[in-house]
Amino acid sequence: MPEINLSTAFFIGLGSLTIVASLGTILSRSPVTSALFLVLNFFALGGIYLLLEAQFIAVVQVIVYAGAIMVLFLFVIMLLNLEDEQRLTERYDVKKGFAILFAGLLLVEVLYVVGLKTPAIAPRLGTVAAEIGTAKYIGQQLLTEFLFPFEIISVLLLGAIVGAVVLAKKNFGPERATAKTTL
Amino acid sequence: MEIGMTHYLALSAFMFTTGVIGVLTRRNAIVIFMSIELMLNAVNLSLVTFSHYLNDVQGQMLVFFVMTVAAAEAAVGLAIVISMFRNKQTINIDEINILKY
Repeated sequence: MPEINLSTAFFIGLGSLTIVASLGTILSRSPVTSALFLVLNFFALGGIYLLLEAQFIAVVQVIVYAGAIMVLFLFVIMLLNLEDEQRLTERYDVKKGFAILFAGLLLVEVLYVVGLKTPAIAPRLGTVAAEIGTAKYIGQQLLTEFLFPFEIISVLLLGAIVGAVVLAKKNFGPERATAKTTL
Repeated sequence: MEIGMTHYLALSAFMFTTGVIGVLTRRNAIVIFMSIELMLNAVNLSLVTFSHYLNDVQGQMLVFFVMTVAAAEAAVGLAIVISMFRNKQTINIDEINILKY
């Protein structure tokens, strides 16, 4: 039996958990189950980011994705009170078969390119691998070299907040404010 | 067995394909959103992988910005879903065809 070190064991465990959770997301009938599988997927991905020495990204993944975004998804699912969808196999048709076929072709294509030949990678000198993932280093980069994108992204978030409020409001426009809606 | 860049990229490719299948086969608009999140996360994984193996912080900065854009997209998209449900009482994408000529 070949020697398996700890990071390999962690990669195999977390990687299979990621795959199972992503399959569960698209195959499960109820949207709530899908969302919970997606949360599991995000936690496993956070572990994989830790294996890749990206501590800050791992923490942000769990807090922002699994914490904030998925709560938003679950909130909307439960607000709308949706019924379960029919199972994928129960409503098979030719179009869906073609979709899965071409997605499989995409997977084969990407795997072929990935496995083709590992390019000669020259790691950037002058930085320590374990240091670039820390909150300190990322914060320094964010407020010096990436200051302009950082500010732009805050404007984007403001736009998203305003847009979400306007879209989700029941009535907008003065003439429709008094009209009765059925819901 | 040593885990290298190829393994992480293969995992990322698999997650991306899962997301593609979800977008193409599901009818529920919220599940389609979740599949889009899967694809975004697959790309994030490959960016972090490259960042690790190239010893460069730029990949992780891009992941940070992708996460912000995903949050904005989820907020606006779910608001659209809510207003769609209010008008049509459904969010099955094959029943919503008001833009169809």
